[in-house]
Amino acid sequence: MSMEWPLFILAAALAVYAGAVLLAVSLPRPALGAVYPLCILAALAACAADIWVLAGQGAFQATLPLGLPTVGLRFRLDSLSAFFGLIVNLGIATSSLYGTGIGRAELSKRIEPFYPAFCAAMNLVLLADDAFGFLFFWELMSLSSWALVVSNHEDEENRKAAYVYLIMAAMGTTALLFAFGGMASPAGAAGGLAGQAGGYAFDAIRDHKLTPLVSGLVLVAALFGTGSKAGLMPLHAWLPLAHPAAPSHVSALMSGVMTKVAIYGIIRIVFDLLGTPAWWWSLPFIILGAATAVGGLLYAVQDRDLKRVLAYSTIENIGIVFAGLGLAIAFKATGIVNAAAVAMAAALLHSLNHSWFKSLLFLGAGAVLHATGRRDMESLGGLIHHMPQTAFYWLVGALSISALPPLNGFVSEWLLFQAVLAGPGFPEPILRFLSPVVAAMLALAAGLAAACFVRAFGTVFLGRPRSTEAAEAHEVPAVQRAAMGILAVLCILGGLFGGFSAWAIGPLLKTLAGTELAGLANGPTRLSLIAFTQGRSIYDAPTIALFVALSAIATMLVVHFISNRGTRRSPAWDCGFPDASPATQYSASSFSQPLRRVYRGIVLGSVEVLEMPPPGDLRPGRFAVRYRDHAWRNLYRRPAVALLFLAGRFNAFQFLTIRRYLVLMFSTLIALLIIMAVWM
Amino acid sequence: MASPIQSFMAQGAQMFLVLLVAPAVAGITRKVKARLTRRQGPPVVQCYRDLLKLIRKDSVLAGNASWFFRTAPYLIFAFTWVAAALVPTFASGLMFNWAADVVALIALIGAARALLALAAMDVGTSFGGIGSSREMMIASLAEPASMLVMLTVALAAGTTRLPEVAQFLISQPLEIRVSFALAFVALVMVAIAENARIPVDNPATHLELTMVHEAMVLEYSGRHLAMIEAASYLKLVLYFSLVICLFVPFGMAPLHGEPIAWAIGLAAYLTKLTLAAMALGVWEVSIAKMRVFRVSEFLGSAFIFSFLAILLAFLSREVLR
Repeated sequence: MSMEWPLFILAAALAVYAGAVLLAVSLPRPALGAVYPLCILAALAACAADIWVLAGQGAFQATLPLGLPTVGLRFRLDSLSAFFGLIVNLGIATSSLYGTGIGRAELSKRIEPFYPAFCAAMNLVLLADDAFGFLFFWELMSLSSWALVVSNHEDEENRKAAYVYLIMAAMGTTALLFAFGGMASPAGAAGGLAGQAGGYAFDAIRDHKLTPLVSGLVLVAALFGTGSKAGLMPLHAWLPLAHPAAPSHVSALMSGVMTKVAIYGIIRIVFDLLGTPAWWWSLPFIILGAATAVGGLLYAVQDRDLKRVLAYSTIENIGIVFAGLGLAIAFKATGIVNAAAVAMAAALLHSLNHSWFKSLLFLGAGAVLHATGRRDMESLGGLIHHMPQTAFYWLVGALSISALPPLNGFVSEWLLFQAVLAGPGFPEPILRFLSPVVAAMLALAAGLAAACFVRAFGTVFLGRPRSTEAAEAHEVPAVQRAAMGILAVLCILGGLFGGFSAWAIGPLLKTLAGTELAGLANGPTRLSLIAFTQGRSIYDAPTIALFVALSAIATMLVVHFISNRGTRRSPAWDCGFPDASPATQYSASSFSQPLRRVYRGIVLGSVEVLEMPPPGDLRPGRFAVRYRDHAWRNLYRRPAVALLFLAGRFNAFQFLTIRRYLVLMFSTLIALLIIMAVWM
Repeated sequence: MASPIQSFMAQGAQMFLVLLVAPAVAGITRKVKARLTRRQGPPVVQCYRDLLKLIRKDSVLAGNASWFFRTAPYLIFAFTWVAAALVPTFASGLMFNWAADVVALIALIGAARALLALAAMDVGTSFGGIGSSREMMIASLAEPASMLVMLTVALAAGTTRLPEVAQFLISQPLEIRVSFALAFVALVMVAIAENARIPVDNPATHLELTMVHEAMVLEYSGRHLAMIEAASYLKLVLYFSLVICLFVPFGMAPLHGEPIAWAIGLAAYLTKLTLAAMALGVWEVSIAKMRVFRVSEFLGSAFIFSFLAILLAFLSREVLR
C-alpha cells in the first residue's frame, strides 16, 4: 500500500467532510451552519491536491482492506480524476460559501447533514479504482442528493420529483452494474455473471479484451447509467423536476457538478476501461448529444420557472459535452488524433465552464428566490435596481452560457466548431454526414441559448417589477454575493485565458485522445487559443476583449467630448402611450411566443388555450400556455401506467387459496423442466 | 507576413474606413430607394448630420432605466465596430486579423445583438419586449445559418481565418461551386434579416406592430441613440464586407501589398460597397414586407440552404486534414 501526499490531502478532506456529517448530526439546529466553513476548507484542500496532480501528471494509488474480499477498496488519483475533482471541489467551495450566508431559520436537520455526505460521495466516485467502490459511492451520491431533493417534503411537487429521481437513480445504477459486470467478465464469457476473483479492479478490467458485442452492450448500459444521471435525452425528465426542488446551493451542486461526475463516469469507462474505441461507438454520443443540445433548449426557452429553465439548460450543455465526446471517440478511432484532442478539449473545457456558469446562475436564482420568495419569472422583474450586484453576476453568467465572447462558454463552443470542421477527414460516410448535422444542431443551440437567457435575464432583472415582492426585493448577504462574484470572475478569466486552460489540460488530453493541442505552443501570444495550427484557426480572447474595451472607452470619451452630456429623466416613451401597469410589459411567456410558433412543429407539446367570453359577458378573457415534455409522456408516464396496470392484474395472485398456490408452483416446475428439456 | 507597421496602418485605416463609409452606405441605399419611388430623398450625407445632431442633443432616459441601459449602447457599438474591423475589406494584412476567426466573428455579432435585445427590455415597455423577442426569434435562425455559411467557406479554404480564406478564393480559378452558390444565397438572406431590412423588417417604419429593430431602440434618444444607429450602419457595412470578402474578394490587396495595391484594393472595395448599397435599395423597393411570422419561413429556407451548402462541402472532394 503506497500513498503519496496528494492522496493524504484528499483523505484529510474526506475526513473533514465526514466530520461535518457527524457534527451536523449532533449539533443543535441553529448551529448547523458550521457545516459550510468545514466544507469550504475541505474543498479548497482537495482543489490544491487536484491541481498538483493535474500539473504533475502522476497517478497515486491506495488500497484499503474493505469492500470486496479479494479486491479491497482501491483508490486512484490520476489526471482525469484530478480534472473532474477540480470541477467538483471548486463547485463545492463556492456553493458552501453561499451556504454560509443561509439564515438560521433555513437551517435544517434535513439538509445540512446530507450536504457534506453528498460532497464526499462525489469526490469518492472520482477516486474509486474498482467497480464495487465506484458503484457504492455512485449510489451514495445518488441517495444523499435524493435526501436533499426531498428535504422540503411538505411540497407535493417536491415529493413527486424525489420519487422520480429515486427511480431514475436506481435504474441508472442498475445499468452501470451491468456495464461493470460486462467489462469485468473475461473474454468469451456470456455476460456479467462470470467475473473471476479480482476482475472488478479497474486494472484488471483494463486488461480484459471484450468482443465487439459485449463492448457494444457495455456501452449502451454505461450510456444509460451515466446519461440518466447527466440528463441525456430522453433520460432527462427527472432533472427539471429534481434539480429545482433542492435548496438553491444544492441545485447548483447537482446541476453544475454532479452531472460532471456522470461525464467523468462515461469518460472513464469509454476512454480508459473499455479498451480501444471503435468508430461506431461515437454514433449514440453524437446523435443523442446533438439532439439533447437543441431539445433541452426548446424546453428551456418555454418554461416560466427560473430554476427549471436552468435545469433544462443543463440538459442542453450536457448534450454539447456528449457531442464533443462522440466526436473525440470518432476521431480517435479513425486515427485523426489532433482533431480528437480538439474535440476532447472542447468536451472537458465545456464541463469545467458549465460547472462555473451553471453554479453561478443557480446561486443567483437562489438569491432571487430568497429575496422575493418567487421562482416564477412572470412575477419578477426590475431586480437590477434592488439587487445590482446579483444582477451583474447573473448577467455575466447568462452571457457566458450563451457562448458569447470574450466569456468562457464561447471557448469550448469555438473548439467544438473547430473539431467539426475536421469532419471531412472521416473515412466512414456516415460520420462525414453526421458532422455537418452536428454543426447545424450546435449552431441552432447557440442561437436558442442566447434567446433563452436574454429572456430569463430580461424578465427577471430588467423591466418593471411584476409583484410587490419583486418591488421590495433586497440584496442577499455579502458572503452569498461573494460566492457569485467569485464564479463570475472565474467565467471571465476562463474566457480570457482559454488558451491557458487548453494548455493546462495537455497531459490529460495526451492520455485520453493521444495528443495535446500542439498549436498552442507557437501562437502569437501564449494566451491565444489555437485548435490545429496558427494558420488554420485562432481565437485570442484577451486581444478581442482589449480591443472591444478600448473601442468602447474611446467612443464614450469622444462622444462625451462632442455632446453636451445632458441627461434628463422622464416617463417612458412607449410610442406615446405608456401604461403604468407593469402587466403591460412583455412577460416570459410572451417573449417565447414567436419561438413557440416557429418551433411548434418540433415541440408539438406546446398548447395555447385562449378563453374569450362572448360580448356582454363580464368574465375576463383568459390565455394560458402549457407545454408537455414528450419524453415524460411517452417514456415515463405510459410505461409507468402500464406497469401499474400489470401490477394490479398480478395483485390477484396475492389472495389465492393454498391449493391454487400449490398448483401454480407445480405447473411452474413442469414448465421449467420442459424448457430445460427443449433447451439442452 | 507583412511588417508590423504596415499591418498596424492597415488595421487603423480599416477601422476608420468602415466607420467613415458606414453612414454613407446607409445614405446611398436610402437615396436609391427614394429615387426609385420618384421622391427626391435626403442627401447621402444626411446620415452623418443625423448622427452629429443626435450626439449633441440631450439624452432622455425613462424614469426606471438602469445602468445597463446607459452602458449598453457603447458596448453594442464597440462589439459591432470591432467585428467590422476584423473583416478584411481592401487589404488582408490587418494587424488584429489573427485575433478572431469567422466563428468568433459571428459570436461577436451575437454579443452585440444580445446586449441590444437586453437593453430593449430594460425600461419595461411592451414595444421593447416585442422587438427583443422577435429579434431573438430571428437570430435563433439567422445565427446558425450564418455560422454554417462561414463553416462551408472555411471548409473549402482549409482555414477559419478570414484573410486566408480571401487569399485562397482570390488564388482559385473562377468557377461556380454549388455549395458556394447555396452559401451565398443563405448569407444574403441572413444579411437582410440581420440588418432589419425589407422584407423581414422595415427600417423606415414607426408606430407599427410589425417593427422589430425600431421597437427595440424606441426608448433611446440623444447620444445613446446615435451610438445604436451608428452600430446598425456599421453592421450593414460589416455584412456587405463579409459577402464581398467571401464571394467577390477580387482586387483585395495581398498580405504584403505595395501602396498601389492598397489603392486598387480600396477603389475596388468602395465600388463593390456602392454597388451593394444600390442593389439593396433596388431590392427593397421591389418587394413588400412580409408578416413577422412568415420570417421564420424566409430564414428557415436560409438555414436549409446553408445546411445543404455545408453538407455538400463535407461530402465533396475538398478534404482538409
